[in-house]
Amino acid sequence: MFAVEARGVEMEFGSNGMRTKVLHGVDLDVQMGKLTMLVGPSGCGKTTLLSILSGTLRPSAGDVDVMGARITAMADSAKVKHRRARIGFIFQQYNLLPALTAAENAAVPLVTAGMKLKDAAEQSKATLDMLGMGPHVNKLPRQLSGGQQQRVAIARAIVHQPALVVCDEPTAALDAETGKQVMELLKDASRDSDRAVLVVTHDNRIFHYADRIVAMEDGRIVGDSARGTLPEYIHVH
Amino acid sequence: MWAIALKMLVGDRAKYFALIFGIAFATLLMSQQVSIFISLMARTANQIIDVREADVWVMDPRVNYFDENEPLPDADLYRVRGVDGVAWAAPLIKTNVIFRTPDGLINQINLVGVDDASLIGAPRDWIEGSLDALREPDAIVLDRQGADFIWPERAGGSFLNLEGEINDRRVVVRGVADVSATFQTFPIVYTRYSHALEITPPTRNKLSYVIVKAADGEDPKALAQRIEAETGLQALTWVDFAWRSVNYILTRTGIPVNFGITIVLAIIVGAAITAQTFYLFVVENLKQFGALKAIGATNAQISGMVLLQSAVVGAIGYGIGIGMCALFFSLSQDVPALEGFYLRWQVVYGVGAVVAVIIVLASLGSLLKVFRVDPAIVFRG
Repeated sequence: MFAVEARGVEMEFGSNGMRTKVLHGVDLDVQMGKLTMLVGPSGCGKTTLLSILSGTLRPSAGDVDVMGARITAMADSAKVKHRRARIGFIFQQYNLLPALTAAENAAVPLVTAGMKLKDAAEQSKATLDMLGMGPHVNKLPRQLSGGQQQRVAIARAIVHQPALVVCDEPTAALDAETGKQVMELLKDASRDSDRAVLVVTHDNRIFHYADRIVAMEDGRIVGDSARGTLPEYIHVH
Repeated sequence: MWAIALKMLVGDRAKYFALIFGIAFATLLMSQQVSIFISLMARTANQIIDVREADVWVMDPRVNYFDENEPLPDADLYRVRGVDGVAWAAPLIKTNVIFRTPDGLINQINLVGVDDASLIGAPRDWIEGSLDALREPDAIVLDRQGADFIWPERAGGSFLNLEGEINDRRVVVRGVADVSATFQTFPIVYTRYSHALEITPPTRNKLSYVIVKAADGEDPKALAQRIEAETGLQALTWVDFAWRSVNYILTRTGIPVNFGITIVLAIIVGAAITAQTFYLFVVENLKQFGALKAIGATNAQISGMVLLQSAVVGAIGYGIGIGMCALFFSLSQDVPALEGFYLRWQVVYGVGAVVAVIIVLASLGSLLKVFRVDPAIVFRG
């Protein structure tokens, strides 16, 4: 079973007179138990595609199924519930809530599902501990390094056991060593056969963590390592 | 989610305190100005309210408010007494005259002459002397603030037996009473009606008001209408006369306009500070709200968070503001210019309602922004 099946996805921005098409009929499958990387130069449409696949952006055309549910046909309220239950998010800028401790930040998906913050924070500590953040659970984001904040974001993305984890440039704000540690954690998370990890990046230092690399250019998929069609300029170290 | 909302709110201390300060300041400004305005207006009716025995006030039809003097002939007192349903009717003089101290100092005073027999209309709360002191020859009774004003060197001491002159006639202070402050703020001097007739300048008529007690079971309003019908005079229940006096000041002076402008400015400034700060607070947290929406928070959950945040800062800010207002009036109760000024419960509730509206409007403006925030915002660097 695929975690994500996207067919003919198109996206246009702008008003009638000035419409810009950023995705041109993209087809993509994301497999469970694997770390899939969506790579390409800035502005090629990979973050827009990620937003659509995660259900935070509605495409202009095309269909997207996530874990068998067609999210492009869902009402907004149903998509919110779907995201809450099925998807974990890791953002480039972490987007942690500055007033919450690491444990509380990691617990947010549980709280949105109805759990009390105190109980949820207690539960999230196990996940943080697993990510090596045990000594820092009661620290605020400003008291953590960039790498530690991204670990908290990873904990937040997996604390509710989602089937799909989407990551937008997870190493962009990190130094090489910290980025490596973060990718190892994501690689570990993707080994779960009930989970798929989809990473958007243009950081070629982390390409080797991918089980599969899909290349994009100008709103189109131009290569796929699974088919041996990656463009020559993409080097996996 | 409420716990997260509260942590987000207090987590940004600077904005949290700015919000509370804005609401507290607006509350203080509104409640203080409205209280002063209402208390000032109440002063126009205080001398009516203080005559607790009177149900109906009878006066010349041209009188618009208490301090307007259109004297009646004494015969009108007897005409009023002859109306069915009148238990008793007493004369009352109210006029402004000059009071001269032995040192030659001159002060304009508010002279009230009350019925010789019953002394109805005289003060009830005595600081020095007693009601019977008014029966002594040449006796006058002063209000406390007035006595302090005329003889500032004796303020806090005794004023008994001090002498002065009204219209070249000797008068002697036989008592000092605690009476409600008046709109004109002149010292109030009470004396007997007969004595007032002697010491006021000679005019054809001197009777200012006839104050009337309704017989048992008699409706004061119906009695007032009957008096008007039978005498051709103006007769008003004490409530109607008090409101007529207040309304006259409201409609014929610039006081309400000036206070109204201040109050409206207080509301605008308070609303602007509160709405702007709260709006900025929400806008600067938009990315956080966007992240919460992406993660799976519903608009209803986010709305609850914003409304809780606004309710908390609203309640704390309002509490501080109204507390500061109460403290202001408590500390200033001995200031002569602010005598009788206090924070009324109606102001507490009224300003609370205005603050609630400001908070709700500020929240709604912010909520629209939150509703429109695209969860995909979190993917944009």
